[in-house]
Amino acid sequence: MTRINLTVDGAKVADDVEPRMLLVQYLRERLGKTGTVVGCDTSNCGACTVHLDGTSVKSCNVLAVQADGAEVTTIEGLAATYDGGELHPVQEAFRQCHGLQCGYCTPGMIMQSVALLEENPSPTEDEIRLGLEGNLCRCTGYHNIVKAVQHAAEQSSGATVGAPAEEVQG
Amino acid sequence: MTAVADAPQEMAKEIGQERRRKEDQRLITGRTRWTDNLTPPGTLHLAMVRSPFAHAKITSIDVTEAKNATNVVDVLTSADLGESQGVCINAWPITPDQVAPAHLPIAADRVAFAGEVVAVVVARSAAEARDAAELVDVEYEELPAVIGIKEAMKDEVLAHPDLGTNKSALWVFDSAEAGTGGNADDAIAKARTDGIVIEREYRQQRLIPAFMEPRSVVVDPTGEQITVWSATQIPHILRFALAATTGVPESKIRVIAPDVGGGFGGKLQQTPEEMIAFAVARRIGKPIKYTETRSESLVSAHHGRDQWQKLTLAAEKDGTVTGLKVELEADLGAYVAIVGGGVPVLGAFMFNAIYKFPAYHFACQTVLTNTTFTDAYRGAGRPEATYAIERLMDELAAEVGVDPLEVRAKNWITHEEFPFTTVAGLEYDSGNYELATEKAKELFGYDALRAEQRERRERGDKVQLGLGVSTFTEMCGLAPSRVLGQLDYGAGGWEHASVRMLATGKVEVVTGASAHGQGHETAFSQIVADRLGVSFDDVEVLHGDTQIAPKGLDTYGSRSLVVGGEALVRAADKVIEKALPIAAHLLEASVDDVKFHEGSFQVIGTDAKLAIGEVATATFAAHNLPDGVEPSIDADATFDPVNFNYPHGTHLCAMEVDTETGAVKMRKYACVDDIGNIINPLIVSGQVHGGLVQGIAQALWEEAVYDEQGTLVSGSFVDYLLPTAADTISFDVDHTTTPATTNSLGTKGVGEAGTIASTPAVVNAVVDAVRHLGVNDIQMPCTPERVWKAINHGTDGGATEGAAMPHFDPDAEPGTASTEGAGA
Repeated sequence: MTRINLTVDGAKVADDVEPRMLLVQYLRERLGKTGTVVGCDTSNCGACTVHLDGTSVKSCNVLAVQADGAEVTTIEGLAATYDGGELHPVQEAFRQCHGLQCGYCTPGMIMQSVALLEENPSPTEDEIRLGLEGNLCRCTGYHNIVKAVQHAAEQSSGATVGAPAEEVQG
Repeated sequence: MTAVADAPQEMAKEIGQERRRKEDQRLITGRTRWTDNLTPPGTLHLAMVRSPFAHAKITSIDVTEAKNATNVVDVLTSADLGESQGVCINAWPITPDQVAPAHLPIAADRVAFAGEVVAVVVARSAAEARDAAELVDVEYEELPAVIGIKEAMKDEVLAHPDLGTNKSALWVFDSAEAGTGGNADDAIAKARTDGIVIEREYRQQRLIPAFMEPRSVVVDPTGEQITVWSATQIPHILRFALAATTGVPESKIRVIAPDVGGGFGGKLQQTPEEMIAFAVARRIGKPIKYTETRSESLVSAHHGRDQWQKLTLAAEKDGTVTGLKVELEADLGAYVAIVGGGVPVLGAFMFNAIYKFPAYHFACQTVLTNTTFTDAYRGAGRPEATYAIERLMDELAAEVGVDPLEVRAKNWITHEEFPFTTVAGLEYDSGNYELATEKAKELFGYDALRAEQRERRERGDKVQLGLGVSTFTEMCGLAPSRVLGQLDYGAGGWEHASVRMLATGKVEVVTGASAHGQGHETAFSQIVADRLGVSFDDVEVLHGDTQIAPKGLDTYGSRSLVVGGEALVRAADKVIEKALPIAAHLLEASVDDVKFHEGSFQVIGTDAKLAIGEVATATFAAHNLPDGVEPSIDADATFDPVNFNYPHGTHLCAMEVDTETGAVKMRKYACVDDIGNIINPLIVSGQVHGGLVQGIAQALWEEAVYDEQGTLVSGSFVDYLLPTAADTISFDVDHTTTPATTNSLGTKGVGEAGTIASTPAVVNAVVDAVRHLGVNDIQMPCTPERVWKAINHGTDGGATEGAAMPHFDPDAEPGTASTEGAGA
């Protein structure tokens, strides 16, 4: 067992973990951060994507001990929605553009999209598609996910003149 | 009753709106309830010991070391669990003499595919269970394995030696015998003398549904009931199967499908793993959990497709079709899964598609092999049929020398001819193929792309452009129970709904359909909001729990809206009927003087009215009800459809093919689907996009490949090529609307349409790009290697098992044109 200290979604946590424990297992099984999910065992699908010190990582590909001292943000910490806070613009864009169906890939897809937009605030469609290449979705055909990222980019660039054609109704 | 009949027209406020989904908030914030998120206190975890061999006798299993491992509670074999493990059922024996092996959840003395469970480890953690699984010492005596349909058909090596054959069932439909048309052989014989005969053999490669959420099951036997949470599409059918095969009373079993991460048919199964978890929980008396790894999922969750299709189309010289003969061989895998044998039968009625074939013959031979069992995958039988006929129509067009759309228009059912009874005996209720095709051509820019194709061809461009057409229809909305009975399916096809009017004026809707990403909570809320004239936000849709939704037949076959939605409409209408006398009484008016309008009961000609929510509150209090009226306006309805449902559409695809490398690139994809009236355009668009990509993936990327020993070599996401965002493009999607006449909302199913339509559109486009180079077929998936080989060697690109060709003339070069007859 190895002692690790880290910050997850703004909270300081410490635990003794087996050296072989993956970060995603630590998040899910020890911290109850079940918003982050496991979709494969070959680091292909990206469903487990979180931010580790501001960079998107597949948390199935990081050992918990490697996160010692780090700051981790999961889908659950992206926006303070529990306190009645607003959704992160990328979360809102996914909802607005119907960028999810079953929702299983969505936490990873959103975390990757947030990272992508931080690196490149105005990506082209091709840049979005390449930027999401490491995240698999089986429901949407990616069409509306790409639209969601474009929408989020437009919103944050202040290009609200081209605001969503349809207003939020629900 | 007038009050009810008036309702839909007056209140279409929600239907047709792009409502954002009610489901999304929890999914985008990670407040999800996937089965793997649930761990009741004291939960023990399972790891499966799986056979590495495709076919072997189990000579001994030594569990001693595994049992002694730290935190291991037990290690169990088939002998240990005995009858308590139940059996995996086949609910659709397609013929009375179907040959089917018994399918125990844990193999007893012989394994029939690599990945089959031979023992199960129970431990305090999943990691410890998995570690101990490595310590289980299983001795096998390998047996010869039969892999692939062609080998299985020879009956030389048997998948199950005790059965004496690999041939499971031969299912035949003949239009002459059924009285729905002429004799296909006669039509073909005639065409050989004075018409055109197109003969082809197409391969439907094996696919893996590959839902994103690996399957997971939690069984809690604590208390009086056994509660099963499972990542399943079919909680109701699973409950029935658990009860029927283990002897536990159905009333003691509660199955919950919480948030389920996709299914696509892949979670339409009563799985060995569910049965094992159920048996272990009963035996040990503690909550049990099993979550598969992706690698386990790919090898043990059922696969789909996997057919060889031998096809003969007869036509007159002008391209008028005269007959169609379809001879299928379909791979069931090692066992006949829950509806495994029935999948190709679902396609039997669809090969004639939208065309007026006067004669039709269909035969399907199912075979057993030592591979993972197959069953429904998005479209289930209909993509295979659509692929075959849409590829053939392109071949016919090439033979006649006309545009592929022209030969289709010559043969399709025109819009004036509906309702139309097909040569397969189905009655298509509505459609307009001309309109959808016109609109699609415009959306696609068909004529301009054809001009560009000609220009590139003349210029000898090394990158050639091909245009692919697919004018599809499908039968969905499974299904009229009577028809299912005639087809020997073990259950009905109805759906159930309840509408509960709560005291606070809110509405609880219970549906027997079980969503796993389709957006039922949103779309069904829209339907009920309009029907009852209540607010969208005041409707709560409950589903996926046999205790909350006790009656249901779940979600598959594009049935939720057209069957489940209709049940909902009928339940809502009953609520209005029940509320009317109470409202009239409260309004001190005669029932005849009160009408229901936009959510309120109003005394005709006055301002006096009561909202339905107010009637619900008054009914709850029950202080002042008419004599003899029960204090409830809640209502149930069970709807059994009278017919299938027939969405259709025209899909057009432009592919660029690099003739030097064989690389293919999608340039444009446009489709116009007619799915009747649309409840939520946003949800529909999502269903279409996702469906398209799954169909395109069959055409271009995906294939489950076995080696000769029966090892699944595409057994991880490294090898099984799910498309990524970078592989795909954005689509142009539009609709025409011909309302269905067999449900009140005029809707048609959309869940499978994209997948059914897109595969042939893509392959037709690829072939069209290189047809002038002597290519008339490329086997799926159309990898650069296959395309290059087709161009350079005049083959279909080569098979992954045996030779694709020749089939009709053993002396012919593989893949050369097999078109024969006077027209050739």
